[in-house]
Amino acid sequence: MKNLNDLEKKINSELATKVKNTKINHNHIYISIENENLLEVVLFLKNNNQTKFKQLIDITAVDYPENERRFKLVYLFLSHEFNSRIILDFFINENEIVTSLTSVFPSSNWMEREVFDMYGVKFKDHPDLRRILTDYGFKGHPLRKDFPLTGHNEVRYSEDDKKVIYEPVKLEQNYRNFDYESPWEGTEYIKNQTKK
Amino acid sequence: MTKEKKTLNLNFGPQHPAAHGVLRLILELDGEVVEHADPHIGLLHRGTEKLIENKTYLQALPYFDRLDYVAPMNQEHAFALAVEKILNIEVPIRAQFIRVMFCEIGRILSHILNITTQALDVGALTPSLWGFEERETLMTFYERVSGSRLHANYFRTGGVHQDLPRGLSDDIAQFCQNFPKVINDLETLLTDNRIFKQRNVDIGIVSKQDALDYSFSGVMLRGSGVAWDLRKSQPYECYDQLDFKIPIGKNGDCYDRYLCRIEEMKESVDIINQCLVKMPSGPIKSLDGKISPPPKKELKESMEALIHHFKLFTEGYRVKKDETYVAVEAPKGEFGVYLISDGSSKPYKCKIRAPGFSHLQAMDYLIKGHMLADVPAVLGSMDVVFGEIDR
Repeated sequence: MKNLNDLEKKINSELATKVKNTKINHNHIYISIENENLLEVVLFLKNNNQTKFKQLIDITAVDYPENERRFKLVYLFLSHEFNSRIILDFFINENEIVTSLTSVFPSSNWMEREVFDMYGVKFKDHPDLRRILTDYGFKGHPLRKDFPLTGHNEVRYSEDDKKVIYEPVKLEQNYRNFDYESPWEGTEYIKNQTKK
Repeated sequence: MTKEKKTLNLNFGPQHPAAHGVLRLILELDGEVVEHADPHIGLLHRGTEKLIENKTYLQALPYFDRLDYVAPMNQEHAFALAVEKILNIEVPIRAQFIRVMFCEIGRILSHILNITTQALDVGALTPSLWGFEERETLMTFYERVSGSRLHANYFRTGGVHQDLPRGLSDDIAQFCQNFPKVINDLETLLTDNRIFKQRNVDIGIVSKQDALDYSFSGVMLRGSGVAWDLRKSQPYECYDQLDFKIPIGKNGDCYDRYLCRIEEMKESVDIINQCLVKMPSGPIKSLDGKISPPPKKELKESMEALIHHFKLFTEGYRVKKDETYVAVEAPKGEFGVYLISDGSSKPYKCKIRAPGFSHLQAMDYLIKGHMLADVPAVLGSMDVVFGEIDR
């Protein structure tokens, strides 16, 4: 495996202002950037002779509803030549639009569709931004933290109508989320008390 | 006079035996030639990632069996490794060998299914009858060690659930002795078979560059001549102590991928044999009482064990705030878990990177210009399983 520290330095010096922050953790390089620099950074990582991150492994998002810039987009790259991985991320707010990578990596097509489907993040210049995993005519974005685990609709075959129908979810018992957090080990204020 | 070009739209699936699951493939045909293919997936979407966010780390594990359900333990492996990486715990040597052994059994399970059903799709019935007999034997190994044939739920953070029952290693060794003969039998049916070759040679060719651009991994990448296997290049667990070869294809067509899978099965048998020889005795899960539950015997005597047991099965263990990506070489390619923990006992985010997702995405590129009859052959050689694609 190529020395990660060298690679990190290289990226920092070449991209200078485009990169906000880098760190090495668990043998991967983590890079934080800004949304508008995405395409430039990705093109550099892919084409530079000393990085050669030729494969896009996955694109995903993470939802932090309490943040002002709500979503963190995460791009995973792999370099076969140097046998290393890079994890690229940046934060966006709910209505921001992200540049599509389909022109650089054809495989990003479905990955971006999935992020759109699950989080509602829109991509610019995407050739075919449709939902991918959810049902035809589905509403909402299931992986957002404010989407209920049980969903909104349920589906069954109706003997009366002789067809499959959609109904609002009705549960005999609501989803129960027990809080087992231990007050002895977890809570901060007790730890502080014992320290005194 | 110009002739107006007329294309025919054909719905392939969602219920079609050659689609290997619930795939709705909309094909645009000009005569018998496919002009465009648009796969509609998600008919088996169960919201696995959403469910995992609402379960403890222990409860999240069984969901991984239900992704690629023909090789369940390989998926569990990725998740277990991810959590271990964040918690930074050692897995006992014996547990490592047991895990690797069962991952290779999973690889054989998956490859048998794929090779025989691919043969079935192009018209050969016998291989599936012979192959499924062997799969049944392998699944009884799963059953003996975990209690269930398919949804094993056997791996744990820090090791495996329980030790191998008495006599199991002998039976696995016996299987490894017999199985190469079955592979040979399958090969006599297929490798030089005229019809099988006519249906697979030069069909669905992937060039090296395209294989990289389309994020291919596993056999789809190696079939095109890229020497890349995570077991060798980024060894996890005890793969660096084992001796095995990585078969590489030349032409990147369906036939080369079939040959790769056959060779990989032979290598897997070899790895299982090595595991059986090298496996030391000792503990099979982490001895850290905060992570793995205490043995039943101690529960009756030790107060501490009782408390640990209670906490582990109500609150679960906590994982410190961190994020990581871990990938394993599953039978179908790179299976990865991108995990974000927030210090509680539930994952904040768990993205599952399924190899089949990127493979199926390239369907349009692979099938363009081929005949309708090649669709099942290409689909078969991609080795798609909808449990992992739809998640």
